[in-house]
Amino acid sequence: MKKSPTLKTLQVIVYGLILLIFVGPFWSVLVTAFSGTSLKPGQLTLIPQSFTLENFRIAFFDMKVWRYLLNSLIVVGFGTIAQVLVSALAAYALARKKFRGAAVVTLLILTTLMLPEEVIAIPLYLVTLKPLPIINEPIYNHYAAMILPVVGWAFSIFMLTEFMRAVPKELEEAARIDGANDWQVFGHVILPLIRPALGTVIIFGFIMIWDQYLLPLIVVQDHSLMTLPVALASLRVDPTITPNIIVAATLIAMAPSVIIYLLLQKHFNRGLMAGAVKG
Amino acid sequence: MTETQPSAHSNGPAPRKRSTRSPALRRLGRGVMPWLYLMPALIVFTWFKFYPMISGFLMSFYEVKFYDPSVWVGLDNYRAILHDSALLVATWHTIIYVIAETIGAAVLAFFLALALEGPARHVRIIRTAIFVPAITSVAIIAELWRILFNSASYGLVNSFIGLFGIPPQGFLTDPSQALWVLILMSIWKSAPYDMVIFLAGLVSINRELYDAADVDGASRLRKIWHVTLPGIVPAISVVVMLSFIRGFRVFTEVYATTGGGPAGSTSTIMTQIYKVGFEQLNYGYAAAVSFLLLLFTVLMTILHTVLKNRFFG
Repeated sequence: MKKSPTLKTLQVIVYGLILLIFVGPFWSVLVTAFSGTSLKPGQLTLIPQSFTLENFRIAFFDMKVWRYLLNSLIVVGFGTIAQVLVSALAAYALARKKFRGAAVVTLLILTTLMLPEEVIAIPLYLVTLKPLPIINEPIYNHYAAMILPVVGWAFSIFMLTEFMRAVPKELEEAARIDGANDWQVFGHVILPLIRPALGTVIIFGFIMIWDQYLLPLIVVQDHSLMTLPVALASLRVDPTITPNIIVAATLIAMAPSVIIYLLLQKHFNRGLMAGAVKG
Repeated sequence: MTETQPSAHSNGPAPRKRSTRSPALRRLGRGVMPWLYLMPALIVFTWFKFYPMISGFLMSFYEVKFYDPSVWVGLDNYRAILHDSALLVATWHTIIYVIAETIGAAVLAFFLALALEGPARHVRIIRTAIFVPAITSVAIIAELWRILFNSASYGLVNSFIGLFGIPPQGFLTDPSQALWVLILMSIWKSAPYDMVIFLAGLVSINRELYDAADVDGASRLRKIWHVTLPGIVPAISVVVMLSFIRGFRVFTEVYATTGGGPAGSTSTIMTQIYKVGFEQLNYGYAAAVSFLLLLFTVLMTILHTVLKNRFFG
């Protein structure tokens, strides 16, 4: 199939428009963050001039973005690990074991897939004020208040269940004949075989937790515990901060999810296709 | 691993491990094991999802007090919803937002999918690049849009439309425009998502249908209308449904850009719940509104499932 020159020109124009709309804003942000020209509030520049890293230095150290970034990384790091671990264990039971009550558990978890987190914001906030059993201490205003509520995520449980079901029974039986116990089957047979699914669940978990806004907004009071997305809004209140510094902070806030997306990109589309991703 | 049994290669029954334990104990172990694996998940789900869900539902029948015991008020909170004009306005904004955002994003995504279909390298790079808005968190995008759509004449979008002779606009500070700027922002963020779902739909279309259309001398547009569109109806249904469910609980998009302003022109159901709950501390009422929103979401999800099974088996 040969393409006519007009069609080709049209195509280039369309590509250009698409990039202008979706990438253009990021271009202006990038250029502004790295340029030393002083700008009025709300102004951006498109032409790179007087390259500087000063904006990032001010944002990172003077505006304490490092602190909020650290908070975000703590929440997203522990949150993702805990989420994947808890989901993998639950999925193992649901996918590879026959037991009474499995259908009920599946149904209960399924209902949370329909549950918009936002509608339980108030009771959830009250739960964090209650002393947690055993440790007898409320988690309100601790990292735990931002981490524990996102650990249970129906999407990753169902995603992993589906993949674990697909592992042939023979492999598990062979391992058992070799004397592997349940735990070893899980760790040495099932988990290695569903590595791609783990990648998908990690990237979605990461982006979902990084995207949390209402939860950190209501369960944490101390400024020093704020996550970066929440803290960004408080930066702009200061009138002395130029747009260069705000966009530099914004870029820092964007970096982790963009990096994780580029690294694990091939696992990403599969998760989208699972269809039921929310939020 | 631990022992090599010569009989493993014969046709006899597989050698049993753990034969030292009594059968009863083994059966018990087998019954408990699944629950041990499920335990961490069940604990976090119970404590942070089911319990808040139930307590929120119960709370909606009370006037919640902080130092005295709460007072049972029956359906009063629900009755009050009927007379809440601010909530009515917020619901109206939410409906406009959901419909415009869903249609806008789906249409844009459809054209994006058509333009960026295929395995070619440059198309793949563009696809990756335009996906950045979709994976960037809403609060960060909100911050970006506040700057891009700054109402000053030197704001980036204002200078851009200035090139075409359009005077500077108020955007997020103009009560008649703010909601539409938010809708535009959400379209911008969700169109790349929808595009990926459409792309998968496009792949599943039978190529022979296009060939048949070619034989019949169909134009490009007619092929899109008669072959492509019907072929991706399932994908469209997924996109529309997800967008509806997400849209009705829109919060961060609004809260981080306008906070519901100016003059309440962008208030939505969720920002209203936040205001009533966390600013006016009227938990019972906020819980009642939340419960109705939850009920509505569940009904829509069920409706979607029923329709999907009906039409696409």
